[in-house]
Amino acid sequence: MRVTPMMAVHCRNLTKRYQAGGQEVMALRGVHLDIPVGQLMMLVGPSGCGKTTLISVIAGILDQDEGTCEVYGVDLKSLSDRDKLAFRAKNIGFVFQSYNLLPSLTAQENAAVPLIINGVKRPLALQAAREILDRVGLGQRLTSMPSQLSGGQQQRVAIARSLVHDPRLIVCDEPTSALDHDTGQRVMELLKGVALDAGKALIIVTHDERIFEFADTIAHMDDGNIVKSPSLQPTSTSPY
Amino acid sequence: MSYIAIRMLMGDRSKYLGIIMGLTFASLIMTQQPAIFVGLMTRSFSFISDVGLPDIWVMDPKVQFVDDVKPLQDTELYRVRGVSGVDWAMPLYKGLIKARLTNGNFQTCNVIGLDDATLIGGPPEMIEGRLEDLRRADSVIVDQYGANEKLGVKGPDGTLSPLKVGDLLELNDHRAIVVGIAKTTRTFQSQPVVYTTYSRAKNMAPRERKLLSFILVKAKPSVALEELTRNIESHTGLAAYTQKGFQELTYNYYMKNTGIPINFGISVALGFLVGAAIAGQTFYSFTLENLRQFAVLKAMGAGNGTLLMMILLQASIVGIIGYGLGVGLTSVFGWAMRNTILSFKFPWQLLVFSGVGVMLICLIAAGISIRKVMTLEPAMVFKT
Repeated sequence: MRVTPMMAVHCRNLTKRYQAGGQEVMALRGVHLDIPVGQLMMLVGPSGCGKTTLISVIAGILDQDEGTCEVYGVDLKSLSDRDKLAFRAKNIGFVFQSYNLLPSLTAQENAAVPLIINGVKRPLALQAAREILDRVGLGQRLTSMPSQLSGGQQQRVAIARSLVHDPRLIVCDEPTSALDHDTGQRVMELLKGVALDAGKALIIVTHDERIFEFADTIAHMDDGNIVKSPSLQPTSTSPY
Repeated sequence: MSYIAIRMLMGDRSKYLGIIMGLTFASLIMTQQPAIFVGLMTRSFSFISDVGLPDIWVMDPKVQFVDDVKPLQDTELYRVRGVSGVDWAMPLYKGLIKARLTNGNFQTCNVIGLDDATLIGGPPEMIEGRLEDLRRADSVIVDQYGANEKLGVKGPDGTLSPLKVGDLLELNDHRAIVVGIAKTTRTFQSQPVVYTTYSRAKNMAPRERKLLSFILVKAKPSVALEELTRNIESHTGLAAYTQKGFQELTYNYYMKNTGIPINFGISVALGFLVGAAIAGQTFYSFTLENLRQFAVLKAMGAGNGTLLMMILLQASIVGIIGYGLGVGLTSVFGWAMRNTILSFKFPWQLLVFSGVGVMLICLIAAGISIRKVMTLEPAMVFKT
């Protein structure tokens, strides 16, 4: 069921509880969130406020306890495990704070992983990875191992990996926090430039106020809920 | 995904080599020790195998194995010849007699006395001389291991001179001249084997009322061996075994009455356990260190089935390499030991045995790791 054709993510009344140390922790308390297609939304808030849980639910990695979360009109919770995996493999790209590249694969092989997971033959996947690495400026480092790359270069490989299979939603967790200012700016320019093709959306969890200028909207979270609705006016300073 | 699994496995060199070393060790122990055991057990009945011609061995009913000789009266030979279905029956003497070497040393020898007329029961292969030379006066044939080792004579410079054709021996104060060197299979007993005629062996042997050790029987064509053994037993009151039956009697005696199987069994079990511990622990630790990588793959859409196949592939690769190296090392060991006193026999069944052992280790190692990966929460990729 499609809620609205222009919404990449449409969440209503999301709740998620955890058991931690024998006590129930309410990670999400009835979250409402919309991310329109073609937008870069930043999710900000203090540590432990539920940002990671929220993007995990949006990405289909975690199931919410209550509420609905539709990604491009598909309620992930209603899918079987198999269909959810297939949806995630095809439609979602990930960029992590600690890059999470496979250390024994070259940059090109790392970038090709999502295509291989999607069943694309290795030569074709490697060819596509070469092209995307060219786009992120790493065409000369195809055979480099992650340990031979700088932090910024590793994050660019991770970005290439998140884009190689042409996903519709890219989920980024603190993509610049391990990078210096200049590198962080370049990574964000790259993300915004390469990722926001027609029909795509980006959600970035961050504490890094230096990159707020790249956001189309910013949602503030605290204590498991959105405390300030997504604003089209990026905040210049952050309390976090 | 297979390619990624292989690269992940080989990317961590130290763990990869550690797992392979554990499996190689297990595979080596699980083939080398049983190969020595099988070689040793084969030796227990190698004398029976070497005497290839007769179909049936007849002996005192109390005999428990081939070296447990309980002599019969010579008249028993005629009773056996009288049993219907017997084509021929020949006497065989088997006993320990002391030999005095030319340098004055003594060596106990396993003397085999063959029927004077037919020489049935002789060595399977002659290296020097002919079996018929035993018909010459005082003649004996010595096995090559005895001639080269225990019956050899050390010269003043310490070098060992093998016993040769034409050399003299004294067997229980009887003169004996070596007329041939035979190739025999090593036996469980380490004494040199000396072949001579039955009558000469009786002369050499210490005085006893009975000296006939075994009666070798050939069945008439078309006579069933099992039926003939029953006929011989019922007519003579002696024990009669087919060649295979006598080998089994001897083999079973050593299995039941010696600590050999237990000792080797413990070695094999230890090899399995140590190999499983090293390989299992290292493989598990390898998986633990790669949990984040598996979580990343899971987050990006790789299912549990895919990850399961990746782990099984990794376990199979280290299993095949470790097994191959272990079996290869065992083969090299066997080849290097081929001319020594060490017993070593490597039948194909041992390849299957150790293959199953290594496969079990891999399955155990993979099983522990699989459980961890299957229950892995992909959301961990968002944690730093």
